[in-house]
Amino acid sequence: MKRTGPFVLSVVIGLWILVAFFVKPLRGAQQTLLLWYTIVGAFALVVGLINLIQSHLRNLQRGQNVPYSLILLFGFFGTLAVGIYAFFQGNAFDPYSPLMWVYGYVLAPLQSTMFSLLAFFLASAAFRAFRIRNMEALLLLLAAVIVMLGRIPWTEHTFAGITEWIMAIPNLAAQRGIQIGVALGAIGMALRILFGLERPYLR
Amino acid sequence: MATVIGIWIAAFLTLAIFSFLYGDNPVYKAVEHLYIGVSAAFWFLYLWSFTVYPNLVVGIRQHGWLGKDLLLIPTVLGLLMLFRLVPRYGWWSRYPMAFAIGLGAGLAITGVLQGLLFPQLQATILNPLTSVNNFLLVLGVLTSLLYFYFSREHTGVMGWIARIGIYFIMVAFGATFGYTVMARVSLLIGRVGFLLSDWLHLM
Repeated sequence: MKRTGPFVLSVVIGLWILVAFFVKPLRGAQQTLLLWYTIVGAFALVVGLINLIQSHLRNLQRGQNVPYSLILLFGFFGTLAVGIYAFFQGNAFDPYSPLMWVYGYVLAPLQSTMFSLLAFFLASAAFRAFRIRNMEALLLLLAAVIVMLGRIPWTEHTFAGITEWIMAIPNLAAQRGIQIGVALGAIGMALRILFGLERPYLR
Repeated sequence: MATVIGIWIAAFLTLAIFSFLYGDNPVYKAVEHLYIGVSAAFWFLYLWSFTVYPNLVVGIRQHGWLGKDLLLIPTVLGLLMLFRLVPRYGWWSRYPMAFAIGLGAGLAITGVLQGLLFPQLQATILNPLTSVNNFLLVLGVLTSLLYFYFSREHTGVMGWIARIGIYFIMVAFGATFGYTVMARVSLLIGRVGFLLSDWLHLM
């Protein structure tokens, strides 16, 4: 019940999807399984959220990082309250709803500023990584500099051609090689799961 | 009025995140926790509105638990997922996990073959002798793929092939790095532009 049941379920579902790909009458059931997958996935997010809330409530109980945990819980329940209010008012995702106000003036600025910070850290990482010690480092540096120059308005006209060539030929070739490797690896891992050699769900 | 308050809040949050450039500080940490709380609630509401509500709630209302799509099953599987939070009965969550992983494995084989492996191979089947670009493309794909082949030692001919492969991979990494930097810089320009124009009206 604890180990065999999940194993049988995983193999049967996996083989069903595989067979449904080749047998047309089974395609309808495949669509139903995909719908179930999205619903089960939504419950997985709920598990994550409850875990997050539990972890910060525990912080409050223990008196650890109290202000930060309070701010997180305020952000979570505040946004949830606004969302539920907007939901009952009509469409919560309407551009002029209170929820989208929170998105536009709180979430979007936080998100884009957080990611823009990476520009500074990438610059300092580049300073350390781009020391030309060998041919590989030289190629890395040249490709990065040329692509960056090809995207700046001042130098775009000079470097646009070579940037396009780098993206379309050597970059594409290596990315394609990596993608083919990833595809073969994914198929191998999927077969291991279907044959029961890999059982990550038992953890 | 709501817009003015929103702009001031967004400006404060932007500056609070940028304060990390000076060093880790309580203001940054507070805003970081706010970001986690707000984004967790926002994406939960998004999932509810666009996945759970239309597929599960509306589906049950229209067709019932055991009607079209048998929505009772994903609901039970989803509820079993919540047992993850109760250590004693945590093993029940293996069923929805096994369902998701089995389905993912089945989909990976068909999806990766059809959507990734075959199209990439098809695009690489070129006559390498018709142009320099074609030659470089085929050479790059084969050598970068062989670079990840570790069942044979990278010495002799294999060593040379792997060396050419790593050159292509380094160019690709450099190009990806350049692109990422430029994407982050444009986000940074966006945030600075917001502070100077929307908030301070200097631009």
